[in-house]
Amino acid sequence: MACAARPGCPAATVTVVQIIVHTHEHGSWTVLTVAGELDVVGGPDLRQHVMSATQNGQSKLVLDLTGVDFIDSFGLGVLVGALKRTRLANGDLRLVITEPRILRVLELCDLDRVFVIAESVADAAAVPAGGVGT
Amino acid sequence: MTSALPSSGSIHLEVPARTEFVSLVRLVVASAAEIGPDMAIERVEDLRVAVSEAATNAIEAQAASGSTSRIGVRCSVSDDKVVVRIHDEGGGFDPDNLKELPDPGSPERLEYESGLGVYLMRALTDETEITSSPSGTDVRLVVYSSKRSPKDPHRDG
Repeated sequence: MACAARPGCPAATVTVVQIIVHTHEHGSWTVLTVAGELDVVGGPDLRQHVMSATQNGQSKLVLDLTGVDFIDSFGLGVLVGALKRTRLANGDLRLVITEPRILRVLELCDLDRVFVIAESVADAAAVPAGGVGT
Repeated sequence: MTSALPSSGSIHLEVPARTEFVSLVRLVVASAAEIGPDMAIERVEDLRVAVSEAATNAIEAQAASGSTSRIGVRCSVSDDKVVVRIHDEGGGFDPDNLKELPDPGSPERLEYESGLGVYLMRALTDETEITSSPSGTDVRLVVYSSKRSPKDPHRDG
């Protein structure tokens, strides 16, 4: 990894940056654009970003997972936690997923019935409130 | 396949019980599975997720137990299937007595941010065997190549 090429970085240190999160606004929604792997390493990073957003009063979140190339049950747990946190803050959560293998993992767990999932940020933001399954 | 060389092979990997190594285990197993001559990419992806679940459970269990042993991962690739064995020396669990999650439509579902790992392993593989005791857990995952139906009664175990 990049660490190995950096002078002074101990060879025995494993530095894994598994997700990158960028934030921008889309109308009344805060969009977190996520890239990387949502697992036991990347999941807690995303959880932290969601917590920071809701603590800053940004409780209407779109998680754009277009750039996520892997998700397992840990990542699913972070998404469920994010939905819970935004709802507790009287907000909402929308997901943008285009990758079939990511969608498949959610569907296997029936979580496509829990989340509003759209194919673009614009579509996600346009879904009316309470729009699961629409 | 016209090659006279056997495509079967076995890989043995030992990793420290640290979560940073889960992605390495996934990468090695998925790369090995792709060598299988008839393994569809969708099945490799299924295996990638199942292995991630098993490796995460193993690493977390072993780290919690305070053991300094490594997690053992064995991956055998043959013409018709990939078999992955993951061994830890953590505290074990009862795979037949897992908490049932509330219906996805109910508000209580949001109270559960974990508990899907074993379910996903079973859903994504053709065979999942979990042998667990207080001294450790062995998970055996099998994915057959696309040529053989998971329901083929003649397949070997």
